[in-house]
Amino acid sequence: MKTYVSLLLLGLTLPPLLTADDWLQFRGPDASSVAAGGTTGLPTTLSAQDNIAWEMALPGKGLSSPVIVGDKVFVTCSSGPDQKRLHVICFHSTDGKKIWERTFLASGRTMCHDKTAVAAPSPVSDGKNIYALFSSNDLFCLDLDGNLQWLRGLTQDYPNASNSLGLASSPVLVDQCFIAQIENDSESFVAGIDTATGENVWKISRPKAANWTSPVIFEDGGKRLVGLQSSKGLLAVDPATGEEVWNFDGGASTIPSSGVGGGLVVVPSNGLTALKLNGGKPEQIWQEAQLRPGTASPVIVGDRVFVLNSAGVLNCADITTGERLWRLRLKGPYGSSPVAAGNYLYFFDEKGGAQVVDISEPGEVEGKIVGEMDLGEMIQCTPAIGDGALFVRSNERLWKLTGNSGDLPKP
Amino acid sequence: MKKSFPFEFLVILTPLLLAQTTKADITPHLAAIQAVEKEGKGNKAASAAWQKLSAASADDLVTILGAMDHAGPLASNWLRSAVDVISDRATAGGSGLPVTDLGEFLLDTNHSPKARRLAFDLIQSADATTADKLIPGMLMDPSPELRRDAVARLISDGNALMEANAKDTAALVYRQALNGARDVSQIQEIAAQLEKLGRTVDLPKHFGFLMHWNVIGPFDNSGRAGFDQVFPPEESIDLSAEYNGKRDKVKWVEFVTADPFGMVDINKAFGMEKEATAYATTEFLSTSARPAELRLGSKNAWKIWLNGELIFGRDEYHRGAAIDQYQLPVSLKEGKNTLLVKLCQNEQTETWTVEWQFQLRICDSTGTAILAADRPATPTEGTNLQQAPNRRKAQP
Repeated sequence: MKTYVSLLLLGLTLPPLLTADDWLQFRGPDASSVAAGGTTGLPTTLSAQDNIAWEMALPGKGLSSPVIVGDKVFVTCSSGPDQKRLHVICFHSTDGKKIWERTFLASGRTMCHDKTAVAAPSPVSDGKNIYALFSSNDLFCLDLDGNLQWLRGLTQDYPNASNSLGLASSPVLVDQCFIAQIENDSESFVAGIDTATGENVWKISRPKAANWTSPVIFEDGGKRLVGLQSSKGLLAVDPATGEEVWNFDGGASTIPSSGVGGGLVVVPSNGLTALKLNGGKPEQIWQEAQLRPGTASPVIVGDRVFVLNSAGVLNCADITTGERLWRLRLKGPYGSSPVAAGNYLYFFDEKGGAQVVDISEPGEVEGKIVGEMDLGEMIQCTPAIGDGALFVRSNERLWKLTGNSGDLPKP
Repeated sequence: MKKSFPFEFLVILTPLLLAQTTKADITPHLAAIQAVEKEGKGNKAASAAWQKLSAASADDLVTILGAMDHAGPLASNWLRSAVDVISDRATAGGSGLPVTDLGEFLLDTNHSPKARRLAFDLIQSADATTADKLIPGMLMDPSPELRRDAVARLISDGNALMEANAKDTAALVYRQALNGARDVSQIQEIAAQLEKLGRTVDLPKHFGFLMHWNVIGPFDNSGRAGFDQVFPPEESIDLSAEYNGKRDKVKWVEFVTADPFGMVDINKAFGMEKEATAYATTEFLSTSARPAELRLGSKNAWKIWLNGELIFGRDEYHRGAAIDQYQLPVSLKEGKNTLLVKLCQNEQTETWTVEWQFQLRICDSTGTAILAADRPATPTEGTNLQQAPNRRKAQP
């Protein structure tokens, strides 16, 4: 009996077992867009026949990315008149079977542009809970089994915190703090919320201007910081307090977000601006007008940065100098950001097209499109990589894409 | 051999024991959830209560739905997710849902419209045939979502009659649908069909848009400072007064809109102004003291007062507008009620930033129009829309 009770208590107190295969937030680990778990099992050539492991119908619209924890895939949707119904759904990664679904009603405004959705911000997980934020500023914390832990209605709390075109910033988690960037023309703020209770730990005022960018996380001077981008630039704050650590005030885009990797932050500012993190005010090491991102956020892979412009041209540049190495025309148009795994970049466009670009050749050798397929529905979601597969969603369905025997081996 | 307590038995037994929670037992859990407040206050107690509540049986569903009658939107979401868990478990376990009890709850219109809609959804998931039979009876339901289904049914019937060339019957079916319709897209769809059939639809009256106003302006809004600046109309409404405006003296002028959706286009009164503030006022004669909603749509910054009390304001410019964009609960007093709208135009010069306009209607919480006791006939196109004497002639 004692043994059983001990085992039970141990099970209740164990920290969540996160793996490199998890994809816990918008653009994955530290919002870098780069899979930590490499490419095993992922498709490189693409065909509907060989690479769609399964597809599942969704109950509503959404631009939000799936989140993957172990063998569970979490997706948010909005449905019904005025998209007032908010869904958080858990699927089994193996077969796509729905494990649970929770439906809520929006307590904040749901008006948004036709092209976006109330389920625009991506959920985020710490491996123990899933935190689902919607454009209506409704925020739900559920455990991985769908048990509600707490909720907030941020427009109930702060009645002018909304954007009539819709909010889209995806939140991040650092330690026990959930960080939501609720920036708009009126009541603009960023809040750090206690993941245990759902209460504010801190709240800071932000520029009164619409902003759809998402925070990034980076290590600077041995401490994890959160970068908050806006039209003013990039503000680095201490995630525990919301206090400013440093501020880059060179202005920045309000649609594509910054990229992180290799001790650098690349900010969509005057094209693209690279900041080297050094524990104090970062050093601007280059600024390149030719590397202006469209809607998609830049991705740093090794010693190169990849930028997709508004014309659907992929630019590859040297991360140390900003010098452009090559360009490659892709299809597009793009509402989503690319993600990387190993030497492959994955792109999904608004016409439902998917493309895989092999970037294994160094220097000025242009990347190669090695895989293409048509999913036939508008895709604005940034895909997720986890459990040896790619997961991507449209307004109607969720797909799991895996490699076939000719692709990279499954784990 | 000494037998140890079988852990597997504990795993099976625990949910069964929890499921024995009785209706009387869930009352404190419901109360804890109903007590949640803004900014996360009460979450901790609600979370503990939710864990126990979600272990209740399907027999408790109606009680939980009933608790939504006295729950705000946050507490309602706590309760809603407990309902999800309980109904999923009952369905998966084969015990099913108490469809008749849920149906009786649904048919009692004293309950919260949102709770009743959830009851309908549960019935639909358990017994789609029964749910289908209930839909036609929801045409005049207090729940806009339930009405929507009944209206959709009638629109579909009307469309079928049109295809069968039974136009006279179709017109009546569409009219019946319009009487019940509160959803903007459905109203527009029905109106279009009726107009095709040569029938008139008084959309402003159906929605309850306010069409007759007095407007004054332009006052300044340079640097968007006008939103916070208090101009004389905010201090008192004197329709005979004259004030210093942005450039010249300004005074109140009558303004009537004939727009089918009640749009009050300030540019028509003052010209294509930028960095300007205007006010619009009207009176609303209510037959009784009653709760109501002011529903406003505008892509400009605005503030609204009812009987001198500031109800709400928002300083967002040109991010989009829609009918019922803002829904503001208020209390009308019996007799004359005075409304004042402040509308600010900013400095942007793009073609999509020209609009300086708003639409306002008064309705109940279901979206049903509340009409003034002295509501004049709906203005028609060609109505003489008076322009302010100081109207700007040149385009900006």
